[in-house]
Order: sequence, then structure tokens, then C-alpha cells
Amino acid sequence: MLEPSFILAQALSGLTAAMFLFIVASGLSLIFGVLRVLNFAHGSFYMVGAYMAWQITFWLGSFTGSFWIAVLGSAVAVAILGGIVERLLLRHLYGREELYQLLFTYALVLILGDAVKMLWGTQQLGVARPAILSGGLELYGIVIPHYNLFIIFLGPVIALVCWLLLSKTGTGRMIRAAVYDREMLSALGADVGKLYTLMFVAGSFLAGLGGALVTPVRSIVPGMDVEIIVEAFIVVVIGGLGSFWGTFLGAIIFGQVLAFGILILPGFSIFAVFVLMALVLILRPEGLLGRGMKR
Amino acid sequence: MNALNRIPWATLVFIAAACVPLFGSRFYTYLATDIAILALFAASLNLLLGYTGLVSFGHAAYFGIGAYTCAILMKTYGVYFPLAFLAAGAMAAAFALVFGAFCVRSSKIYFAMLTLAFAQIVWAICFKWNSVTGGEQGFSNVPYPNLDWMASLPFIGGWRATDHFYLLVLLLIAIGFAALRRIVQSPFGRMLTAIRENPERAEFIGINVRKYQLAAFVVAGTFAGWAGALFGLFNRGVFPDFAYWSKSAEVLIMTILGGMGHFWGPAVGAATLILLNHQITSYTTYWPFILGSILIVLLFVFPGGLVGALHAGVQRLRRGRDA
Amino acid sequence: MLDVQEIRKTFSGFTAVDGVTFTVPAQGITAVIGPNGAGKSTLFNLLTGHIRADSGRVTFQDTDITGTAPHTICRMGVGRSFQHTNIFRKLTVFENVQAALIAHGGQAGAFWSRADRLYRDEAMKLLASLGLAGQAADVADSLSHGNQKQLELGVALASDPKLLLLDEPTAGMSASETRDTIRLLERIVADRKLTLLFTEHDMDVVFSIAQKIAVLHQGKLIAEGSPTEVRNDAEVRRVYLGGRH
Repeated sequence: MLEPSFILAQALSGLTAAMFLFIVASGLSLIFGVLRVLNFAHGSFYMVGAYMAWQITFWLGSFTGSFWIAVLGSAVAVAILGGIVERLLLRHLYGREELYQLLFTYALVLILGDAVKMLWGTQQLGVARPAILSGGLELYGIVIPHYNLFIIFLGPVIALVCWLLLSKTGTGRMIRAAVYDREMLSALGADVGKLYTLMFVAGSFLAGLGGALVTPVRSIVPGMDVEIIVEAFIVVVIGGLGSFWGTFLGAIIFGQVLAFGILILPGFSIFAVFVLMALVLILRPEGLLGRGMKR
Repeated sequence: MNALNRIPWATLVFIAAACVPLFGSRFYTYLATDIAILALFAASLNLLLGYTGLVSFGHAAYFGIGAYTCAILMKTYGVYFPLAFLAAGAMAAAFALVFGAFCVRSSKIYFAMLTLAFAQIVWAICFKWNSVTGGEQGFSNVPYPNLDWMASLPFIGGWRATDHFYLLVLLLIAIGFAALRRIVQSPFGRMLTAIRENPERAEFIGINVRKYQLAAFVVAGTFAGWAGALFGLFNRGVFPDFAYWSKSAEVLIMTILGGMGHFWGPAVGAATLILLNHQITSYTTYWPFILGSILIVLLFVFPGGLVGALHAGVQRLRRGRDA
Repeated sequence: MLDVQEIRKTFSGFTAVDGVTFTVPAQGITAVIGPNGAGKSTLFNLLTGHIRADSGRVTFQDTDITGTAPHTICRMGVGRSFQHTNIFRKLTVFENVQAALIAHGGQAGAFWSRADRLYRDEAMKLLASLGLAGQAADVADSLSHGNQKQLELGVALASDPKLLLLDEPTAGMSASETRDTIRLLERIVADRKLTLLFTEHDMDVVFSIAQKIAVLHQGKLIAEGSPTEVRNDAEVRRVYLGGRH
């Protein structure tokens, strides 16, 4: 069982899952970092992204590049959805207690969860892999799907792009400042309202992107929103709420723990992830890379 | 208007509730039992939420622990109901003490997430521990408590078993509410309110804030455990999802719907939600959609919940009348 | 009464309080002054346990209170007001003071008796001494700024402290409110035989009632003594009158 090829397969499987999770969780982390809202509906946006990808593929039919159009289209659609939600509804709750904001995002979970059922029914849907990535790489006797390799490669690329945007642009610097101290930012005259909308839209884009990208690998079902949000929470807590690279690190750790944990202690994985989350919250609530944020 | 305040509304409501079996409908009795138990569950959460200002996302953990403890003691070990019932509260209290000790050291969002993590751990244990809890399938065929003694009571002796059980539940719930009311109006309750209002100031009038928060956590957990015990019996079975986060969300919504600023808010919220649920699920499967929409309307239009809105309405009437 | 020794606190590279040493004599009125950012509020927070000092010692009535939790320090006989008037805004004036009395009275853990009549007389007496008796049923938030500060004073006094720390007690007050507050403070200190330590920006207030003054500048103590000594201190003059920033 401990053959190197098997370990490699498990590790790569864990890494693929981690990258999917990172793409989604990074959006959650950024939204929390700037808006201080733990967006329960982030998983629902992921789910909508997946369904949209299927829908767009359905409309377009299959031709070269249709998959990529669908992925981009879904991400944009979800970003627009996020923008509408933030502008019209969420922003009216900012002055209130955090509980109201959390309950609002939970209400969205309920609504979107049923909305996808109303629009697409309850049966499983799927999207085919794009033609150029439908093969596999043979390595040490195991076959690694090209698509998985693509995702493993894409994760860090997205991380790098986001990081460059955050550290090199003026807006990026404002975002990082906002994560650290919001009040100071508005005192400096920054348009905090626009920043909030931007972050929510960007975070939703990432959620939708993750959802669309996952469609060739996982089935599109109602309930995928809950599955991903729980995992995203844990990753964000481990990495540190509001820390971008923390989310990356947390996703990798989580992916490997899940991939190998299942082998060592099958059946305890549902247990272990929450114990891990509790331990982090008790011993080091700011996570691995998070810093104490001012309110 | 002061005459209205003198009427013992709560007592009247309980007497009226006791008369529900007179309708002769199994369904009404069923609904009333459901409402009564969840009302106590919601009220226990409100001790934390409304009175101490602590947002818990994992209150269902203690509901589940109470349910399993009572059911397992009664079915597997043949323990009499009164003892099993008390043990359920004690077990829930013990877990609340351990979990709470860690939770109160964290603030706000971390507190909420930690309560959630602990609740999911409880759920996972119930889900996996097949030999004791029945695992995923749940713990079924939970026996009713021995209600034979009721058969010899005047007037109600001839009622059905479910009606007898309902009356027992109602009695216990009434005692529970009375106890909670006393606690909330006591000096201890005042300290909790002070902590909610301004923890920094509370600290510097000499209150050990963490100690009181933990105490509130344990008391809330105990009453939740008792509610859970009754629910397990009512349901004739205990399932892991009694401790799942969606149950915590459900009771949280009930509390907010009714109004966390008033003692009877959660009870009103529980009744409203259950009745709405039954009505609406008979027309459509999209209950979550409706619930989500109701929640949004609530958050934007009635943040004080139903009782809060009622209160505000009465105040406006009074001012209009006095003007 | 209060003995501060080499208290030091650094926040990520910025030293807010740098080795401050001074004493607060019993039953007197001592003021801590200094320009903005001198470290006065940080010092107060160190004294009352809200912040942990990096090094140094604070002794209250011969007991070492360094690192002790705020609620314990309060129970030992220290009362405090905060710069941002810290009261229970949504409770009534009466409930504010009653809460403090309950917390102090040792019945706070009682969960079976009714609280509404507790300490009614003591609370009303305290409110009367502050001129707030007529507003006992009003919500604290509805009070004027000056009255809110008086309420906070009442809440602090309800714990029957021996040492009272007031952080800018006349901030935001009009000239007449300030005069009333000064008179009130003098009366309270005399009646209750209190020790008062306060910080202030208003120099008139400081020089009218302080018996001892400590001057902070950039985290360091630059002068300590009677008002006359401080007024004539060269360093103090330079800091306040010389380079104004």
C-alpha cells in the first residue's frame, strides 16, 4: 500500500482538491478580511457557478473553446450576482450587528439552494472536460488526468495574480490596509463603500470560477454548496481569517490531511476536520499566517 | 393600558395550551408538543443570545446530547424517566462546561465558529458511534415514559397516551420557563445584561466577565439538554442531525423571528416557525426558499422580531393616545 | 496608595510608556498631564489591568497588582472612568448604578431572587448626590454629554473605591459644566476620603484642584511634584510652551 506511485497519486489528488478549495476559499478570506462578513453564501455562489457552467455549455453546444467561455461566463455571472446582492441588500446591514449580516448570508444560502433546484431540478449534472485536457499523464504506473495537472498549475497562478494585484496596485494596497484597520481607511478618505462592493464582486468571481472549474471533476448537485462552505471555513480558519497566503497554505494542508487521513483513519475524517478547526481556534485563532486584525 | 399588564398572560397561555387535547385531534396535539419543546429550546438559546450577547452557532449540540442521554438511558439501561431526564440536563451541562470554557476565551466571530466546530464534533460522534448511539440510522424505538399514573387522574384520565405525554411535556416546559424567568430577573441576570451591554464597563464594576459568560453557557446548555430529552421521546427516536448545524440555525432563526429582546420572543418565534412550516410544506417543497425570504424581510423590516414589532406598535399607540 | 515602578509598554516597535515611575499619595488629588500621544491613556490602561505591561511593577496599597485582571483590581477598591464615556447606554440611569451596586455587593451570583428592588435606596442616594435623581428612569443614551460623564462617575463610585481613576473627566464639557464637575469632584474626594488620579487637557482644571502633578512626554515622565514645581520646571515649559508640536 505504501508504494511510491500510490503515495504520489494520493498527494496529487490532495493537491488538486486543495487548489479547487483555494480558489473558492480565497474569495471567502478576502471578503472576510475587508468586510468582516463571514459569507455563508459563498458556497452557494460556487454552486451557482457550477450550474451556470453547465447551462452555458448547454446553450453553446460543444466546440473548441466552449468550455473556457462557459467557465469565464459563469464566473462573471456569479460576480454580477454578488455585486447585485451587495449593492442592493447587504450594504444596508453594515451598520448593524454582525449577527444580522451572518443571518442574511444564511438566508441567501436557503434561497439559492432552492433556486437551483427550481431551475435545474435535483438530478446530477456534469460537464465534459475540454478536449485539450481530456488525456492523462502516465507516471510511475499511475495515470494523472491532464485536467488535474492543469488545476494544480492554475491554483498558484491565480494566487500569484491576486497577490500581485494586492501588493502592486493602489487599490490592492487599500485592500490590505482595510484588512488591517477599516476605520483608519475611511478616515484617510478612501471610498470604503466602493471598496466593499469591489471585494464582494471579486470574491464572488472566485467562487463562481471555482464552481465552474470543478464541473468536469465533480458532479453538479444541490448540496454541493454546503459541502464546500464547510471545507472553505476550515481552510480559512487554519490559514488565518483575512490572510491570503494563509488560505493557500491552509488549503494545501487540508488537502493532504484529507487525502492521507482517509487512509490512516477512515471514517474519522468528518471528525478530524472539526477537531482541527477547534484546535486552531483555541490555540491560535489567528491561524497560521493571520495577524491580529483590528476591528 | 396598565390593566393589560396585570393580566397573567403567560399563565393563561399555558392553561389554553393544556386545553388543546380537547379538540380531539392527534395533529393539533402533535403540533402543540412540537411547539412547546422547541419554545424552551429557543428560550434557552436566548439566555445566551439576547441576555448575554453571545452568538452561538452550535446550540443544537446540547439539544442532541440531552436527547441521546435520555433516550439511551431509558431504552438501553431501563432507567426511569425522571432520572433519565435529570441526567440529560446534567450531561448537557457537563459538555457545555467543557466546551464553554474554551469558547468564552474567544471573542465574537471566533466564539461563534468555535461553538460551531464543537457542535459538529458532537454530531460526528453521534454519527459514528454505532454501538451506543445507533450511528447514522439513529436511535429508534425510544420508549415513552411510564404514564399509567395519569390514567387514574380525574377528567384527563381517559385521554390518549399522546395527550398524556403532551400534558407532561407542557408541565415540564412550564417549569422550565418559570425557572428561566426567575434567572433572567435575578441579580445574576442583571449581570449578564450588563455584560451584553458593555463588557468593558462590566469588567470594571467588578464582574468576572468570562466566569459569568461560562455560567450562562452552562445554564443555556442545560435547558437545551432538557428540551432535547423531551424531543427525543416525542419523536420516538433520536438522530444525529439533532446536533447538526442546521438545527442550530433553525433555533437561531426562531429566536430572532420572535425577537431576542423579549423573554417570550423565542417562544412566539418557535410557534410561528413551526406553524408556518407545516402550512407551507403542504403546498410546496421549497420551504427553505420561503424561510430565507422571511428571514430577509425580518432582517430589514422587523429586526426586533415579531414581539419587538408588536411592542413598538403598542408604544406608538400609547404615544398617539397620550399626545 | 499607588506606586508605579518602571512601567514599560511597547506596541509593535512603538514605545508608548517608557519606564515611568511615580507615586500617588493617599487621599490626595493627583493629575497626570502631557501632550496628545504622551501615553496617558495607555498608562491608565496599564494601571487598571486592561493592558499587560512588558516590564515594571504597579503596587496598590502595598499589594502588587501588575498583571492582575481588571475585575479583580476593581474589587480591590479601584474605580475608573474611561475617555469615551463608558456606561451602559441602553439601560436606564438607575439600572446603570444598580448594576454596579449589585456587582459590588456580592449578591451578583444570586439567580433566584428578584433584582428590580435591590439597592434601590443606595442607588437613588448616589444619583441624588450627583444631581441625576430626576433622570433615574431615563435611558442613559438620552442624557446630555455632561450628565453621561456624571453617570459614569456614579457607576465608578458605586463600587465604593478607595482610588478613583478618571480619564479626562471634563472632556467635551462647557465652562459651567466643568466648574460644576470640579466642585463635585472636590466634594466627593472630601466626603469619601478618596484618592483621585486623573488625566486632563484642561490646564485650568488641573491647576485648580491637583495637589500633585506628573507630566508625561513621549512615554517618559519628565516632571513630578506640586503644581508650582511643575509650572516652573524647565523641561515642562519647553514641552508645552516651547516647541508646541
